[in-house]
Amino acid sequence: MVGPGRTRCCGPPGAAPAMNCRAEVLEVSVEGRQVEEAMLAVLHTVLLHRSTGKFHYKKEGTYSIGTVGTQDVDCDFIDFAYVRVSSEELDRALRKAVGEFKDALRGSGSDGMGQISLEFYQKKKSRWPFSDECIPWELWTIKVNVVNLANEQERQICREKVGEKLCEKIINIVEVMNRHEYLPKMPTQSEVDNVFDTSLKDVQPYLYKISYQITDSLGTSVTTTMRRLIKDTLAL
Amino acid sequence: MDTDLSSQDRKDLDKFIKFFALKTVQVIVQARLGEKICTRSSSSPTGSDWFNLAIKDIPEVTHEAKKALAGQLPAVGRSMCVEISLKTSEGDSMELEIWCLEMNEKCDKEIKVSYTVYNRLSLLLKSLLAITRVTPAYRLSRKQGHEYVILYRIYFGEVQLSGLGEGFQTVRVGTVGTPVGTITLSCAYRINLAFMSTRAGEDNGAVYPSVEDSQEVCTTSFSTSPPSQCVFTVTKAHFQTPPPVVTDTLKVPVMGLAFSHQLSSSRLSYQPAALGVGSADMGYPVLFAGGLHAAHPHQLIGPGKEGGVPPIPSQPAHGTQADQERMCTPLDGVHYSAATPSSSEDTETVSNSSEGKCGSPHDLLETIFVRKVGAFVNKPINQVTMANLDIPFAMFAPKNVELEDNDPMVNPPDSPETESPLQGSLHSEGSSGSSTGNTHDDFVMIDFKPAFSKDDILPMDLGTFYREFQNPPQLSSLSIDIGAQSMAEDLDSLPEKLAVHEKNVKEFDAFVETLQ
Repeated sequence: MVGPGRTRCCGPPGAAPAMNCRAEVLEVSVEGRQVEEAMLAVLHTVLLHRSTGKFHYKKEGTYSIGTVGTQDVDCDFIDFAYVRVSSEELDRALRKAVGEFKDALRGSGSDGMGQISLEFYQKKKSRWPFSDECIPWELWTIKVNVVNLANEQERQICREKVGEKLCEKIINIVEVMNRHEYLPKMPTQSEVDNVFDTSLKDVQPYLYKISYQITDSLGTSVTTTMRRLIKDTLAL
Repeated sequence: MDTDLSSQDRKDLDKFIKFFALKTVQVIVQARLGEKICTRSSSSPTGSDWFNLAIKDIPEVTHEAKKALAGQLPAVGRSMCVEISLKTSEGDSMELEIWCLEMNEKCDKEIKVSYTVYNRLSLLLKSLLAITRVTPAYRLSRKQGHEYVILYRIYFGEVQLSGLGEGFQTVRVGTVGTPVGTITLSCAYRINLAFMSTRAGEDNGAVYPSVEDSQEVCTTSFSTSPPSQCVFTVTKAHFQTPPPVVTDTLKVPVMGLAFSHQLSSSRLSYQPAALGVGSADMGYPVLFAGGLHAAHPHQLIGPGKEGGVPPIPSQPAHGTQADQERMCTPLDGVHYSAATPSSSEDTETVSNSSEGKCGSPHDLLETIFVRKVGAFVNKPINQVTMANLDIPFAMFAPKNVELEDNDPMVNPPDSPETESPLQGSLHSEGSSGSSTGNTHDDFVMIDFKPAFSKDDILPMDLGTFYREFQNPPQLSSLSIDIGAQSMAEDLDSLPEKLAVHEKNVKEFDAFVETLQ
């Protein structure tokens, strides 16, 4: 299992921070029934770090920030627990995405390999008739390999091993988060929707989108995206 | 160094660091309470949630943290440390983790205090929330209760890592640069959790045994990657008695704080710096003598604690039973405000696990291994469970699949390793299965010792039963001549019986009605 890979997917080094999108790749091998929990654990951990309280703008251009609550989640099929933001809306959104990914993994033509991506982006308003541009600034990719196990003993070992691996992933995520690299600067009230997802009522994550790809048995990628994944948006 | 920092910024920075230190301690200690934590998000800022995170304050923990800090702040050479240790019901203790909040000399003069430092400290706290769940001590703390408890100790000054044993690992939670230095938060955790149980009268000093020594008593040591299961030797396992837990329904009206005093004291006890390894006097017998019923929880906490709390009723720990009432959901009544002295209608309590994953005592007990030596020394950890140790025929746990050979009722061996010399005779055709040689003269008379029978009390009672069981008398109704006679009689009496039954039809119907 490969640890996180760190690459700059766009823009030359030394360019303005807004031009760079850092990409982190995590790989996990899990049993079929563990896919959902493993994905949620990673995605929630990332979003915990990429969510703030709701902004309340006041006069004079200042703003106050709401409070983010957290809660522990125990996994049923993995010996693992993680912390997520206390937001049912956010949890539902992630579960929906992960559920679709899991179904696609199980689907025909899949060899049990796929990847799910969580991308944080900023919107750049364009003048009519051009549509707004989405500029990614951070991309998390989780590569999944689904294994089939023969008996209960193997499953038990898998529970523990996957739990240990997820702990390593959490440590990797935290390490990346605390590098304090580029983050979009805090927006004014008129720009807040270009940086944050303000649709949730209790928390405010950075704008994000989730997409996934399934690798079929021939090894080719069958792209099934929920939303368009933009890889080369930084050619500005 | 500070000349570039305005006095307001300096004041703010000191305040941030101070409250960051206090919140760090809260997060760490609360993560070791053994229960799931749940706090609510609030879209409206209350102004009292530091770093925009809903982290509740346990008063005792804050008090101890402030006491340890004694008005100082973490600085170069002065670190704030939270030590997490484990103490068993037998008095053995072991340091599990040391969380260190340190400051080094590397300054970031350009950084904005009131904005960037604050937000980065918030991010660091989130990282701490995540990391506290992935070290080995988290799983241990979730299973604490009757057999062991998790303790914490806060101290200020030099970091002491010697108690973690050899080969401890460290994980860095994160760093935040400030104009006066770089704040670093890290954790050093023990990886060798193999444990030597010390009995009274034996060597009490071996608290941290080497792996080789401990393998005699433990089935396995730990892997080096977090988290791992905990292996202890315990003489008794009281599976029926639910481990002591915290009461949840105590409503603390005025101060608006969710966590009652018991929460910290029942299971997670403060161990003052003066408390040495061997001093089990302080609250130890109190904790484990029949749970916490008789205990005044504050005995477990350093002196000077205010307030009295009622005795803590028994309640299952995480993993044994579900307690739905204590599940904390975001839909619970009131958002908690740490400093607002408003009364709260509902206390937001720590949620207990109600998930079915650990719905049986099995999970609580999977950390407990009893045998010092014996059949399971070489078994891998995932095979050694209480089920294996507890089943009456564990010694006969079959390595082969022939049921009859392993069935002790049929073939009770004298000892696990030796087959009964009578096995052949018990299986031979026509044999009465007798053991005490009443049939064949060429057989040696050997006492028949069935499994679990005792020779001193009612000798051969069980053996007699076995013998009779092997050759029961034939049922009288099955013998041909008797059967033939009764058959004829039965047939003759049938019409009369039918007539009687028909008369009583109503009674039968009424009876059937009552059954439905």
